[in-house]
Amino acid sequence: MPAPTCASCGVARAALRRPRSGQALCGSCFCAAFEAEVLRTVLAGRLLPPGAVVAVGASGGKDSTVLAHVLRALAPRLGIALQLVAVDEGIGGYRDAALAAVRSQAERWGLPLTVVAYADLFGGWTMDAVARSTAGSGRSRNCCTFCGVLRRRALEEGARLVGATHIVTGHNADDMAETVLMNFLRGDAGRLARGGGLGSGGEGCALPRCRPLQLASQKEVVLYAHFRRLRYFSEDCVYAPEAFRGHARDLLKRLEAARPSAVLDLVHSAERLSLAPAVRPPRPGACSRCGGRRGPCEEPPGSPACDPAAPAARPGPCACE
Amino acid sequence: MAAPLSVEVEFGGGAELLFDGIKKHQVTLPEQEGPWDIRNLLVWIKKNLLKERPELFIQGDSVRPGILVLINDADWELLGELDYQLQDQDSVLFISTLHGG
Repeated sequence: MPAPTCASCGVARAALRRPRSGQALCGSCFCAAFEAEVLRTVLAGRLLPPGAVVAVGASGGKDSTVLAHVLRALAPRLGIALQLVAVDEGIGGYRDAALAAVRSQAERWGLPLTVVAYADLFGGWTMDAVARSTAGSGRSRNCCTFCGVLRRRALEEGARLVGATHIVTGHNADDMAETVLMNFLRGDAGRLARGGGLGSGGEGCALPRCRPLQLASQKEVVLYAHFRRLRYFSEDCVYAPEAFRGHARDLLKRLEAARPSAVLDLVHSAERLSLAPAVRPPRPGACSRCGGRRGPCEEPPGSPACDPAAPAARPGPCACE
Repeated sequence: MAAPLSVEVEFGGGAELLFDGIKKHQVTLPEQEGPWDIRNLLVWIKKNLLKERPELFIQGDSVRPGILVLINDADWELLGELDYQLQDQDSVLFISTLHGG
């Protein structure tokens, strides 16, 4: 069965079929469509206004690589300036190689890069140290739960250091769908109330964050990187096999095989969620000591990051404690 | 009855870690009874190239969900997936999407 001709240029052989529209496009027209959709997402949501200084959370991985590449192409049209911010969690055998990838990307793209390290920000706590301190705690090791909290804080710090007005991260539709599933499975009313945990307008004095790729399926992100010949770092974090997200991801992949639109449908459902008034948690405020966003604790009930009885093991949702 | 074929098999996005870290493999598929389609290619890859943890690459008679297959730079969905009949000098690329980004 020969591949059909591209529905857009009508000349080249089609390389893929868009999942939502079923339209067959060649690599070049697909990339153009992908970029146009990101532009539309940003403009329609007024996510990055002209004059914005945008801190891009850059991990060297496929999503932030594609995000930075697309925003760099759209920057003149949007009137924004880009700053790459990479977070060094202090994970031996993993983060150094990923940072090397980010450094080489920064050089290739001519973008400024700032690296913020957990060890500097959080009193010497590297992820390796957190992992060691949570090992043997009697439940499956969930150092990843800490890392999520700390990384958000570190990104905020890095963004402020470079004078950013906005933060963007490369979360794609699959990531968002996994997050929605995780929040349901953990009974996290706080995050579900905030649209399933899908975004933040910048509460208190936190910088506004958005995810320009949130409507892009993971498959299309990878295909975009392929057709644009982008190099990225593709190893999993050494702690990833223990992360709860893996279960959500496996479930999502199976669901997607049975119902391809499940990923985007989950994201849309979460955006339309509204919690019953009786269970809506109070809005989070800022830490009185350092101004960081904190409590009521963002962590789900029972999570060690929320356990007041074990302060030594808890870097804390507010990392200054 | 399928004649011998020379194809390039490539792995990316981290999938290469299951193949000794080698991304590109020039492969000669021998003459055999059945056709050389992707289904049979996967059987051959599992037997001859895959170094570890087959369940991370193959599921049933297909690839694990999350592994993209491009044949001559086109998504295999356009070409019949497992039933695509390989031609001499074809290039098959397996890209894993299964890692953090």
